[in-house]
Amino acid sequence: MVKTVPEAENPQIPAEPPAAPAAVSVPTPTVSHPEVVDNAIERPVFETRDLAVRYAGKPAVLGVSLKVPEKEITAFIGPSGCGKSTILRCLDRMNDLIPSATVEGTVLYHGHDLYGPGVDPVQVRKRIGMVFQKPNPFPKSIYENIAFGPRVLGLKGNMDEMVETALRRASLWDDVKDRLKDNAFGMSGGQQQRLCIARALATDPDVLLMDEPCSALDPISTGRIEDLMHELKNSVSIVIVTHNMQQAARVSDRTAFFIVDLDGGEDRRIGRLVEYGPTGRIFTNPHDTRTEEYVTGKFG
Amino acid sequence: MAFDPLLHRASAPEEDVIAGLGSRGAGSLLRDRAFILCLILLTSVGLVVLGVLLVTTGSDGIPQINADFINNFPSAFPERAGIQSAIWGTLWLMGVVAVVIIPLGVATALYLEEYADRSKWWNRAIEVNIQNLAAVPSIVYGILGLAYIVRGPLSLGRTVIAGGLTLALVVLPVVIITSREAIRAVPPSIKEGALALGATHWQAIWRQILPSSIPGIATGVILSLSRAIGETAPLILVGAATFVAFNPTGLDSPFTALPLQIFSWVSQPNSDFQAKAAAAIVVLLLILVLLNAVAIWLRSRFQRRW
Repeated sequence: MVKTVPEAENPQIPAEPPAAPAAVSVPTPTVSHPEVVDNAIERPVFETRDLAVRYAGKPAVLGVSLKVPEKEITAFIGPSGCGKSTILRCLDRMNDLIPSATVEGTVLYHGHDLYGPGVDPVQVRKRIGMVFQKPNPFPKSIYENIAFGPRVLGLKGNMDEMVETALRRASLWDDVKDRLKDNAFGMSGGQQQRLCIARALATDPDVLLMDEPCSALDPISTGRIEDLMHELKNSVSIVIVTHNMQQAARVSDRTAFFIVDLDGGEDRRIGRLVEYGPTGRIFTNPHDTRTEEYVTGKFG
Repeated sequence: MAFDPLLHRASAPEEDVIAGLGSRGAGSLLRDRAFILCLILLTSVGLVVLGVLLVTTGSDGIPQINADFINNFPSAFPERAGIQSAIWGTLWLMGVVAVVIIPLGVATALYLEEYADRSKWWNRAIEVNIQNLAAVPSIVYGILGLAYIVRGPLSLGRTVIAGGLTLALVVLPVVIITSREAIRAVPPSIKEGALALGATHWQAIWRQILPSSIPGIATGVILSLSRAIGETAPLILVGAATFVAFNPTGLDSPFTALPLQIFSWVSQPNSDFQAKAAAAIVVLLLILVLLNAVAIWLRSRFQRRW
């Protein structure tokens, strides 16, 4: 079901001209100032319009409208349960795997509706890579882990080269080039996560979605992954969900702040997008008091 | 009253607190010891019965086991009676059982774990019925085999294939249940990882989930075979012969099997045949131990900590 709110019927639109034209076309009920969600992005990789996800009919996150820029790093931050991972998983249709989840609203990928009729989620996931919270290498050799993606996609070409390229892009090649046949489970946690990044890069996606990729890692491994993200953003757009505000401030170009809305009581926790804009501004000059309280550590 | 440091901490002087740590009191220590002794005694009842059984069977049977016993066919004369046709019959049966249960069991398990929508009543009905079928006495399957496989629609007669199919029915629920457990033991993150790379559901199953669960499935299959190998009642009902002086020549051949041979010898009045039965029991037990050892080896060799 696609729910769109026509402009004219929405009384929430403020009178003053908003900073971003996109913010007018997709107003969300919770955003009081249009400049709070700054969607001034020329050629977005993703654009969500009034995106909402319900689990078994109960709303989990409502009214998310934002644009994700190309070749930049976008961070989703917020307290647990605010729906940031849920929104991330809408971007490559991983929510389809949860039978009770229903997605409403629109997700545009380079202007194409990802939830449109006839869109095959498998085809979507072939173009969009994903890295998960806990490293999840396959119980196979390092080589086979990387080769899996190109194989299921039926890519033609020299597999050894593809594996090397992917491992080099994830700056893992020098660590593992002598033990490509070893089981991936013998690697350290940080190496496993970089292997998962290399595995996602092997099919040359143009977006990498990262769902709290460092939450299971030590600070040194985390630093290496953050360096890697900086290198990768020249070639791929990255969306990262993180519970770590410092990480968002360090790596991202733009930040979206989500919150758990308790207006329906404790048993009706609804995630909402509060503020979105350039990371520097979100952390130094937040427009919404809730963002300010969160980034200064007053809650969350 | 028992000493409770939480209650006394605030008011009691320090030495009182320390004094309480020295002993639990003789009474509770004695009760602990008595309880453990009780458990050991109860455990040993089973072990002793098994031990006596093994020793008496072994002392009767082991002297009888020699090349002649393994190589000879059944005979009216105990000194010439052997188990060659029974061993070959059992091997043929196990072959049929394995060929039937592996594809059927794994396919059913995959359907139930990966595709079945549990909100649909028929899927829940299948699940409950498989659980129930695992508990149905094997003689009931024997009757089923007699009515529908030996006679009735399939009319395969008293042949290797009819016996094998009947035994396959007996152990199929167990194979399905153990295969489901093996498939479920593969963490969802592996499937997610494969799907996120653009694999189809089938590719994720065929290339990741199934290879990861093969050790568990193999263990279940071997344990099922070791159950099937000892089944007697269904084979009696489907009319396997007890006196077969030739090896099976094909799926449509009459056959006997080790448990049937044992059954027929035990019921002979001549005590020399009883000793032959004991010897055949030892052979059957050895095969069982071997199968279970392979299952245990598989499980520990490929056990994975995710």
